[in-house]
Amino acid sequence: MSSSATGIPGQGHHPPAGRTGSGGTGEQPGGPLAAGGLQFSSRPRRGLADALFKAVTGAFASLILVLVLLLVLELVRSSWPSLKAFGWRFLVTQTWDPVRQQFGALPFIFGTVVSSLLALILSVPVSLGIAIYLAEMAPHWLRGPVSFLVELLAAIPSVIYGLWGIFVLVPLVRQLEVFLGTYLGFIPLFSGPPYGIGMLAAGIILAIMITPTIAAVSRDVILAVPNSQREASLALGATRWETIRNVVLEYAQSGIIGAIILGLGRALGETMAVTMVIGNRPEISASLFSFATSLTSVIANEFNESGGALHISALVELGLVLFLVTIVLNSLARFLVWQVQQRNGGAARV
Amino acid sequence: MDVDRLHRRRRRWKERLMTVLIYLSVLVALLPLFSILIYVAIKGIGALNWDFFVRLPGPVGDPHAGMANAIVGTLELLLVAAAVGLPIGILAGIYLAEFGGHGLFSNSVRFLADVLSGVPSIVIGIFAYALMVLPVKHFSGWSGGVALGIMMIPVVTRTTEELIRMVPRSLREAGLALGVPRWRVTVSIVLRTAAGGLTTGAMLALARVAGETAPLLFTAFGNRYWHRSLNEPVAALTLQIYQYAISAFEDWQRQAWGAAFVLIIMVLILNILARLGTRSKFSTQQE
Repeated sequence: MSSSATGIPGQGHHPPAGRTGSGGTGEQPGGPLAAGGLQFSSRPRRGLADALFKAVTGAFASLILVLVLLLVLELVRSSWPSLKAFGWRFLVTQTWDPVRQQFGALPFIFGTVVSSLLALILSVPVSLGIAIYLAEMAPHWLRGPVSFLVELLAAIPSVIYGLWGIFVLVPLVRQLEVFLGTYLGFIPLFSGPPYGIGMLAAGIILAIMITPTIAAVSRDVILAVPNSQREASLALGATRWETIRNVVLEYAQSGIIGAIILGLGRALGETMAVTMVIGNRPEISASLFSFATSLTSVIANEFNESGGALHISALVELGLVLFLVTIVLNSLARFLVWQVQQRNGGAARV
Repeated sequence: MDVDRLHRRRRRWKERLMTVLIYLSVLVALLPLFSILIYVAIKGIGALNWDFFVRLPGPVGDPHAGMANAIVGTLELLLVAAAVGLPIGILAGIYLAEFGGHGLFSNSVRFLADVLSGVPSIVIGIFAYALMVLPVKHFSGWSGGVALGIMMIPVVTRTTEELIRMVPRSLREAGLALGVPRWRVTVSIVLRTAAGGLTTGAMLALARVAGETAPLLFTAFGNRYWHRSLNEPVAALTLQIYQYAISAFEDWQRQAWGAAFVLIIMVLILNILARLGTRSKFSTQQE
């Protein structure tokens, strides 16, 4: 079963029971019960109560539709002044100046994209290692506890990640930066003064935070690979690693890519921990050591003390950009994961 | 012959190397977890005392400063969130499982629930601000609670749908065969069977939003004093941790660790209770 901690409840919800009577209100569910007996005892009131029940639950279901619609409307409406004033230039210009009422999102987009990619680079190998361990190698009694611990990582509030980031991680990152600067300082990526706070710290903390997502979803995908595939490979004399590499990962590939995209979606939208360690300076620098900022952290920092309507509007537009990007990424990821699980009839290997 | 042996040895070494790397990756991932838990426990417990739970925040250096208002505020926000998120989520989940099928409407609801669960929490904060703060022109606990409630909806909906679908068909048929109306079958038989799981789902959803900060920044806003009602800015542990963590004062930073400890205990208790619930549910279901 997929873990609820990863925030994707229920991929592949295809109940063994099939349709549980998707028909109208008064109908008996199809199948074994179809005809006869029950109709004798049915009174008109029952049909009414059933219809009412369906209507009420249906109304609450449509509330979700309304809510998302309202969310989109509200985001577009609030960001309209900024959309109108800057158009597409908003996404590619660098000036962010509430005093002169000039707003361009590029430094924030840059910060979000770079810190998230950095997080992926750091997190993907480790997450895949965990997924492979849990699905292929761990002794049965260890699977539960290790899964629990990894998922616990997802349960820790992001503000606590931030707190730990400021006081524990950042000093460590500073030492790492001194080290990297000494030996690799000639590469622009590792140049500049080692503050500790900055892009590198943000990338590392994001990597930790998205690891449970990528690991848990990849594990589920790997578990959905049919055993026959493994057995065929092992029977040909492949070692365990060769089987994992050439057969299991190959088969699960698109699902794992889905898991990675899901992790990317989480990284893009993460606010508190990033805000607390990224330095919050809107500049675009080649160095990972320098201060940076992100879409989420500028909203968190400036929304409450904004300078005027256009400033708010520009901040909401940043939110709109974030919203659209995460929708696209999440839909894509879900599709990829669903595809792999579908291929095997939706059943995970137990 | 020799080449063959060399080749075999290389493959065996690669196998060992990868095995070691995989073990290492598990360790590397769990390192931060233990580091966080240990730091929060040690620094947190050191910052806690009786005053922390019963007094208001004070100026820097005040030895009797506490976070009573933030603890109460967090609980009240969670209450509002549950009041918003649970009914909507559970009823929508019932609809999807019982009447939904795979029509256009149900599939769009499912898709949008998934969309909603992927929306960054700070965007939910902006939404709640536009919806409930802007019209009345002041921050409020209500808006914060609603923001958290909105975040709970997709989780609860999908969990409810899944759990209801897991209820054996035979139970439904038994009820229907006895002449029980369909809605009674759903409420008295299906929901009761799934009740344990629903409680688990609700607790996990609550645990998830209990630690949220971003949606509260422009809604509940935080408060250094007691709020007289939820119509005013309300303090929350997460907001207080944020404010104190980025402050320049050692005394406040110390209290941030204390608050982090209280928060993490709350979240962990909810998580562990939820997991224990799941285990017993599955064991009874297999019988």
